[in-house]
Amino acid sequence: MQYLAPTTLDDAVSMLAAQAGDCRVLAGGTDLLVRMRSGFAEPDAVMDIKRIGALREITTEDGGFRIGAAVSGAEMAENAALVAAWPGVVEAAGLIGSTQIQGRATMAGNLCNASPAADSVPAMVAAGAVARLASAAGTRDVAVEDIPAGPGKTNLRTGEFVASIFLPARPARSGDAYLRFIPRTEMDIAVVGCGVSLTLDADGTCTAARVALGAVAPTVILVPEAAQAIIGTKLDASALDALAAACSAAAKPIADKRGTVEFRTHVAGVIARRAATIAKTRAGEQA
Amino acid sequence: MSRIHVTTTINGDPVEYLCDPEETLLDVLRDRLGLTGSKEGCGTGDCGACSVTVNGRLVCSCLVLGAEAEGAQIATIEGMARGETLHPLQRKFIEHAALQCGICTPGILVAAKSLLERNPDPTEEEARYWLAGNLCRCTGYDKIIRAVMDAAAEMREAS
Repeated sequence: MQYLAPTTLDDAVSMLAAQAGDCRVLAGGTDLLVRMRSGFAEPDAVMDIKRIGALREITTEDGGFRIGAAVSGAEMAENAALVAAWPGVVEAAGLIGSTQIQGRATMAGNLCNASPAADSVPAMVAAGAVARLASAAGTRDVAVEDIPAGPGKTNLRTGEFVASIFLPARPARSGDAYLRFIPRTEMDIAVVGCGVSLTLDADGTCTAARVALGAVAPTVILVPEAAQAIIGTKLDASALDALAAACSAAAKPIADKRGTVEFRTHVAGVIARRAATIAKTRAGEQA
Repeated sequence: MSRIHVTTTINGDPVEYLCDPEETLLDVLRDRLGLTGSKEGCGTGDCGACSVTVNGRLVCSCLVLGAEAEGAQIATIEGMARGETLHPLQRKFIEHAALQCGICTPGILVAAKSLLERNPDPTEEEARYWLAGNLCRCTGYDKIIRAVMDAAAEMREAS
């Protein structure tokens, strides 16, 4: 195996394009190194992107935030402006693994690992996050929900990798939240996850919303019906009932050791309701 | 395949080594440099026995490649005591009998030191969450937490 460590994005895309064999991009390594050790990945080369300065930064752009692909969860949690604007996204990324994992793990890696249960992905999808993909052909921007193709599979083209993730500017009175169900308090994989992002008007009526579910389908899914259930309402009890029903209806989970189909379907609605309530409270606090 | 030449700093000392591209930092520390304080429990980032800091950031050294250490500042359990003088955390672990078999202990000490550097006055809950990635199958954790909280209190008084 070859270890590649480019220091510029231009070098990285040309190195990746020049690789004939299986070359994996190494960001935090918390999934890749485990896969390599277990023999599930036997790359001919790994390309470490952590020496590319621009990919290690969180920068403001058009009122939003561009998060480099090599930025760890711990670094996100230490950025006060990012936490204030997108607390749900930061919390979701912060749920991945232990303190030690947080020191390395990245949202871009969580996205490209393409687990249906990836914690940061429903929060990013709810946030309307956009991944910037880099290759020798240039860059293109793709909505985060369009990146995963199935468990462990992405829609990235050969020679392409995620360089950064963009979280858009927040209108006034906006809030987001991510919740997952796990049978313990820490260090577990989501049985169901739900991200909600919404905006209220001055009266507290929801004017825009996005709702995404994790671990209930082959990929994280955006649930427009759930958003429609709360847009135009003040998230009263009947609106939250409709939101929960829409989430349960959209859930098409498998049964495994972590949860049955029936349980996951029900819990999708329960945690969607709770996440929406937190997002609403956060939006109200910004008024 | 040719080996990679790495120049790094470990516990304040300049260190150079050659490693294979797929070799982990943990394997480099243990097998090439003789720093066997960091343990391999799981090798998959679940148990925390291999905890070290890289540029001040707590990580599992089993999930870091040796090649990634180029130019970095690494701190391991071997750098915790000052000569014969134990770090307060090490002393409190002995006083509270916060270890039995000892395999998890170096990783927990490194992780707890990292916590107290960031947060000298953690609540018990904060300490438990911070250390959630350090598994111990002997103690049931209670004595570990008591030792950490006691060491934190002593270090606050001393500072």
